[in-house]
Amino acid sequence: MFGRLVYESFRRQKRRKLLAGVAITLGVGVATAMISVATDIGDKISRELRAYGANLVVTPQEDTLDIQIGGVDLKPPSDGAYLNEADLPKIKGMFWRNNIVGFAPMLPVSVRLTEADATNLTLLGTYFSKRLTFGKEDFVTGVRVTHPWWKVQGAWPDDTSSDVLLGESLAAKLGRKTGDEIEISGQPHRIVGILSTGGAEDNQIVAPLALAQQILGKPGAVRRLYVSALTKPEDALARRDPKSMNPEMFDRWYCSPYVASIAYQLQEAIPHSHAEQIRQIAQNEGTVLSRIKGLMLLVTLAALFASALAVSAAMATAIFERRTEVGLMKALGAGNVSVAALFFAEALLLALISGVVGFAGGALLARQIGRSIFDSQIAIEPVLFPVILAIAVIVTFAGSAMAIRRAVKFDPVYALRGEA
Amino acid sequence: MFLRMLMRAAVLRRGRAASALLAMVVAAAVATAMLNLYVDVQAKLRKEFRNYGANIVVVGKDGQALPADALDKVDSALAGHGLAVPFAYVVARTADGQSVVVSGTNLDQVRKLNTWWSVTAWPNASLDALVGTRAAAVVSPVGKPFDLSFQGRTTHLNPAGTLRTGASEDSRIYLSMKDFENWTGVQPSTIEIASSGSPEEVDALIQNLSQALPAAEVRPIRQIMEGEARVLGKTRATLAAAAVLIVATAALCVLSTLIGWVFDRRRDFAIMKALGASEGLIGGFFAAEAAALGAVGAVLGFGIGVGVAAWIGRVNFHAPVVPRFNVLPVVFIGSIVVALVSAVLPIFLLRRVQPAMILRGE
Repeated sequence: MFGRLVYESFRRQKRRKLLAGVAITLGVGVATAMISVATDIGDKISRELRAYGANLVVTPQEDTLDIQIGGVDLKPPSDGAYLNEADLPKIKGMFWRNNIVGFAPMLPVSVRLTEADATNLTLLGTYFSKRLTFGKEDFVTGVRVTHPWWKVQGAWPDDTSSDVLLGESLAAKLGRKTGDEIEISGQPHRIVGILSTGGAEDNQIVAPLALAQQILGKPGAVRRLYVSALTKPEDALARRDPKSMNPEMFDRWYCSPYVASIAYQLQEAIPHSHAEQIRQIAQNEGTVLSRIKGLMLLVTLAALFASALAVSAAMATAIFERRTEVGLMKALGAGNVSVAALFFAEALLLALISGVVGFAGGALLARQIGRSIFDSQIAIEPVLFPVILAIAVIVTFAGSAMAIRRAVKFDPVYALRGEA
Repeated sequence: MFLRMLMRAAVLRRGRAASALLAMVVAAAVATAMLNLYVDVQAKLRKEFRNYGANIVVVGKDGQALPADALDKVDSALAGHGLAVPFAYVVARTADGQSVVVSGTNLDQVRKLNTWWSVTAWPNASLDALVGTRAAAVVSPVGKPFDLSFQGRTTHLNPAGTLRTGASEDSRIYLSMKDFENWTGVQPSTIEIASSGSPEEVDALIQNLSQALPAAEVRPIRQIMEGEARVLGKTRATLAAAAVLIVATAALCVLSTLIGWVFDRRRDFAIMKALGASEGLIGGFFAAEAAALGAVGAVLGFGIGVGVAAWIGRVNFHAPVVPRFNVLPVVFIGSIVVALVSAVLPIFLLRRVQPAMILRGE
């Protein structure tokens, strides 16, 4: 009998049920989309923040002081220690290897264009997008990943070639353009592109690492290594000195992607090295990230509030319209409990159906937002499904409760006489 | 008569009118908060991004020192919308002949410009130096005063604090501009500028400075500018998507409440019609009622929404979101339109029904 009442109510009041259902579907859809976006936004923005470039730098342990003014290295090339290029792929064997977005080795050498020319130019050797292998894994890394603001007119050189890029200002000074040949230390090289960075590289020649090593006469030498890693904002644990931690706490610190613990692991992976966070990038990343995450959290709360309100408004309207029906049921001898049970059963059914549809719609919406704004998928956590469904049921119940209470308390005589 | 009907309708059915008004107020408040946030978030986030430090750098052409009035010109071009800090550099020698870069600057301003510098203690006395961690290991491993020489002139410095940045600053020694000039006589060669404007304003500033300082090279720091533009753009786009969804949900809430409210009063509608009111008059009556509801709801909601936005600003950015009054007309007109649509829709449906049917309760 009870089942039939519910069934008939849905069958006969298609329009009203549809209206309430649409409201719940939209509310659930918006909530699903916003929660998915808010939970994933930290990851997405932290990838976008990698546009600022490397947040870690690895230098040889026994290095002498940098003598660098305005990005120009004045240190004699013979000075200082080097890292070994052969150690670099080991980075991909680290615990947090999947958080390493990319790395680029740098080797500045001082060159003269012709024997007669007295001015020293800097030639910077690096990876552009070099294919490396560690174990069974193949990966591509270089400045195109770690320094996304470097722009090239022409083409990027191949990492195995002896082609070079010429800095924008240097090219203007020398009057060279893409396609010309340039003689460096007695060897002719092809200029495949003009590089613009807005930094010191605009006055330099940028070449594949192997070429710089060959000019320097030190195969395998790397002056410093820039690493771009996805990190977790600093918290109380991250600020502690790892030497003062007990083993259990150290494990927790080691297994969190803090910039300090990734630096520690880089030092482990590359022998005789010293890894340091570039504070300008690493420290600000945390603040910007937490601000944006906080903003999205508050906005998500607003969205949840608005959709809860929309659902309860729709339910209240739907129930209020059925006072006459309540009056009839009560006149026929139905108790308050059975009337309320009928309404709650209907609300539950409506919430479940609309919740499923709304979740699917919201997931699609989140996916669309991810694709159009971040060019990547927004992951929908499967655990979100029961949570959303539970929220839909609770909100529908809460929204109906007031209206149901009023409908049940209503005197059947007035309702039947139509004096509502 | 018309006005009196409007007033009585609101007073006699207080409960229903209040719930419709509440829906209207909440919807307008949420919409106001979202729009306000969307307009203001750019300024708020841009302030956060200024923690990345300078976005423009002015250097003397070919490594020359800048003209003496360069800093004044930069300051007047900035007109308070940012920070300009001069830097002078020399390569000095330590007592045992090692080379080290020494920089003279305005330490108070550097502290504001480069908030990421991790400094044990900022120098405040004369001849106090801020020593980078790697430089400290060379010049004064145990924190003792040390000598530096430049072109035959020697100075005796006291290491007040150490500096850690992870970049080339770690190998440098920073002095106040006065101590630096007394010792070396070298003028600043670089001015770093953190401009807090939009990309267009920064471009205009670069143009201005290039004209005012022909002897210098003015260039944007692309790494900082492009990273900022990218993150800011994506955040704003996400917020816009969220705002659209939330405003649509709020409108839906108003729609369903108001439709219910009008449907509920089909008896009023039938009586008016039975007494000879034209359809136009009845339509006008319901529309005026809805418009009044929308207008009152929008104004109240605007006030609450501004408060919510200010609260979000304080919680998240530690600075309140400034009320934007250009949002008010949008919210006002939007509210009235939604209210009108939700009042007129049920009237169209009711028009087809005979008043007698409604009055008989069918």
